Amino acid sequence: MHEIALCNSLVGLIRDQQRERGFARVRRVIVEVGVLGHVDPHALDFAFEVEAKDSPAQDAVLEIREIEGRAWCMDCSELVSIAKRGDACPGCGGYGMIVEQGEELRLKELEVI
Amino acid sequence: MCGVCGCGEGETRLEAVAATHTHGSHPPPAAGHTHAEVVRDDPAQRAHLVSVERDILSKNDALAAHNRSHFNSHRVLALNLVSSPGAGKTTLLVETLERLLPDNTVAVIEGDQETSADADRIRATGAPAIQVNTGKGCHLDAAMIDQAFGQLHFHDGILFIENVGNLVCPAGFDLGEAHKVVIASVTEGEDKPLKYPNMFAASSLMLVSKVDLLPHLDFDVELLIANARRVNPAIAVIQVSASNGEGMERWLHWLDGAVAMASASA
Repeated sequence: MHEIALCNSLVGLIRDQQRERGFARVRRVIVEVGVLGHVDPHALDFAFEVEAKDSPAQDAVLEIREIEGRAWCMDCSELVSIAKRGDACPGCGGYGMIVEQGEELRLKELEVI
Repeated sequence: MCGVCGCGEGETRLEAVAATHTHGSHPPPAAGHTHAEVVRDDPAQRAHLVSVERDILSKNDALAAHNRSHFNSHRVLALNLVSSPGAGKTTLLVETLERLLPDNTVAVIEGDQETSADADRIRATGAPAIQVNTGKGCHLDAAMIDQAFGQLHFHDGILFIENVGNLVCPAGFDLGEAHKVVIASVTEGEDKPLKYPNMFAASSLMLVSKVDLLPHLDFDVELLIANARRVNPAIAVIQVSASNGEGMERWLHWLDGAVAMASASA
């Protein structure tokens, strides 16, 4: 539950972008969050409102796009979808899985004025 | 402030060190980035969409990479010890240091929200230790480790970083360590790895601590290990007791192997 620290970094990135590109303010912040990662979207939303205060992204809408979890099953040699870490392979029921996707935590786009 | 765990920013204190310390000879690297700009005109609002594509933790990750190369150039094996509060991290660490100290160079960075109690316990063994108080923060980050390591003047040995007792937040923050080592005690539940999967997935080794208590508990060690391997099939496991010394030789042997691997790849 370190979403405050994450949103602090996110607002830092937004300030960097403002310096680089010279926009006035941000209306929408689009982030990608993997479902297998360590981030709770609700906590992120709450923390963003707090951290964005007095920044170019104050009052901006945080749009969270979830990235589904995918793992390589070592027994089936196949890429499968999983809802959370520790889920069994839907094909063989085994746990020999290597996560390939779903840990993302990325500032993707900004809608700016 | 985070409503769940009280995590906040800006109150980090490094023991006996000004927070403004900069490390002149090793400037932190600028976080490199690339971006392709995609502009979508919206004449009505003058709003447009810009593509950024940056990891939110990119600054921490860049500093962690800086720490990692710093550790390599100083021939230091850095381990990030993580657990829930009360799993016995400090007791196990004190016992480990006492066994290592006669023949090895060791140092400790202690992370806690408040007090220097743990660093005091570590220093009593004779090992150099520096306490980082994170204030409202619930985890150590790479910048704190950069500062603390600069104060230690440490090289050619094993650096133990004892993270804040918390199985959630420290999982996301790379410090530049060679390995995360997660400590799970037998007085906790067997389902800890399933409840906090990210930490167990990020760790190279699980130390099952307090195993001397097993005869008195209804605890299924094999189930704990199976749960850890459900989220991380590659995780190594060693059962230890700081009280009766059980498993300590295997843990020291694992450390020897990690030192050898780190020197080979440096």
